Amino acid sequence: MSGALRIHRAGPGLTLQDGGRPGYLALGLSRGGAADPLALAEGAALLGQDAGLAAIEMAGMGGEFEATAPLRIALTGAPMVATLDGTRLAWNASHSLQPGQRLGIGAAREGIYGYLHVGGGFEAEERLGARSAHLAAGIGAPLDAGESLTTGKDTGTATGLCLPQEARFSGGTLRIVASVHTGRFPESLRARFEDTVFQRDPRSNRMAARLASEGEGFGIDIGRAILSEAIVPGDIQITGDGTPFVLMAECQTTGGYPRIGTVLPCDLPRVAQAGPGARLAFRFVTLEEAVAAETRAAEARATLGRRVEPLIRDPASIPDLLSYQLVSGVTAGRELEPEGG
Amino acid sequence: MAFDDGPDSFPRLRNVGVAGMLVSFGESLSEPANRAALAFRAELEREGWAGVEETSTSLVSAFLRFDPVHLGHDALRERLEVLLATRDWYEAPLPSGRRLWRIPAVFGTELAPQLGDAAAAAGLSEAEAIASLTETRVRVQTIGFAPGQPYLGSLPEAWDIPRQSALTSQIPEGALAVAIRQLVLFSVSTPTGWQHVGQTAVRLFRPEAEEPFLLRPGDEVEFTRTDAEGLEALRRDPRGGAEERPLP
Repeated sequence: MSGALRIHRAGPGLTLQDGGRPGYLALGLSRGGAADPLALAEGAALLGQDAGLAAIEMAGMGGEFEATAPLRIALTGAPMVATLDGTRLAWNASHSLQPGQRLGIGAAREGIYGYLHVGGGFEAEERLGARSAHLAAGIGAPLDAGESLTTGKDTGTATGLCLPQEARFSGGTLRIVASVHTGRFPESLRARFEDTVFQRDPRSNRMAARLASEGEGFGIDIGRAILSEAIVPGDIQITGDGTPFVLMAECQTTGGYPRIGTVLPCDLPRVAQAGPGARLAFRFVTLEEAVAAETRAAEARATLGRRVEPLIRDPASIPDLLSYQLVSGVTAGRELEPEGG
Repeated sequence: MAFDDGPDSFPRLRNVGVAGMLVSFGESLSEPANRAALAFRAELEREGWAGVEETSTSLVSAFLRFDPVHLGHDALRERLEVLLATRDWYEAPLPSGRRLWRIPAVFGTELAPQLGDAAAAAGLSEAEAIASLTETRVRVQTIGFAPGQPYLGSLPEAWDIPRQSALTSQIPEGALAVAIRQLVLFSVSTPTGWQHVGQTAVRLFRPEAEEPFLLRPGDEVEFTRTDAEGLEALRRDPRGGAEERPLP
């Protein structure tokens, strides 16, 4: 059945997000969509539904929610402190929410963007074929306390499932490929870029992540101005003062700054999710390596459903109890383990 | 690993990240290169190759976003080279389905306070500037910066004036501004270095509307003169008084 999710309290960065709006680049509108597309796919796998359904993206901080009808939910992306009527809930897992129960989602323990999914997805009105807010383009608005979001028809019933969390919340070394202007950067400067450790500046947003580092910048003298050309999420633009910006989902469609390289799409969630203290570095790979990595990532996304497992094995739901090795099979408490990587 | 930009000859193919390819027809904006980009992109749309997810144009390039997992870079380059060789794209006719727009604007006055400065920079009187801007039919050379925002050109050579180094702190939505032989019609209120010479009542991007975008790349535009009172009335029209007819 359909119901609604009431928002009693909302952090400052709550928006509806889905896969975004492809098809409007020529008209100046970038695709947008979830900052961490893998988290969207994980929520869909946990609830056994389409990855194109809309979820609530929560930047840094969640909120307090209540269902008007029994609802399945899933929590993915940056792990946040979640409680149901005060009882701790596992992250990267699905749960059931009964009418009257309060779901509380606090601050991110690491990473930036957490996601709250519901069975059937959220039923906001579509704009240009998608439900995601694109604030830079003036589409949609941040979600606020007092709002009630209608949920779609839920065709599934399973809850209490979890997925192993793919580490992407504490930075790391990201793979980049050469892009249109890489050759204009001297080799020494490219080498220094690869040797530099960056942090995602807190002034970053859904349009771009500003990379902060010690030492001098990465500007080049390009002589006459570069003609504005097509830009894509993942491009690392170097602005006039030498600061690198990684373009994110809501970036503009064209830009005139030189670009030193482009982050692989499958590594881009690590930039979006680099929270305070996370260290980012970049390493050039060949196009062949990049395509191989994208192929593996696409396969992993497509087969997420196979990695879904019961969160707590209730003995009553196990038909042949004696065949189980109970000691190694128990997965309860996974949410209390530290994140890997 | 190839770090160079490739050959200096055009048309030229370059990768944009892992899933993008740029087909450029020139180093700087020229009428033939812009026509070639528009015509080539229209041909790509007609071809509809499997694995190509989206196409667009910038001033002198066509851009393809594709799925490199299912359409390899080498295969795509080869197909693009074959298509490029089928004709002289610089001589290709512009795509069909384009429209001619007539858009009313107030030139000068407090609504567009930089007409005098821009006219002087172009070596024209204000009357000559207005005549030039209303008599020149311009083309949507590309759309970018903000959703639905067109870059229109080319204006007569006199308008080859630089952008201001000191930015105007905020130019309103619907503003018509000039520099480097181009006009920009602003779809959002923003700081800019372009000089504000006209003011229209058009809203170029209305996400809530059935047709959210007013203009498309390749469309042509003529600006007509109205006054402050006329503009105020046009603000009640969702299209801001813009009228279209199909171009042959």
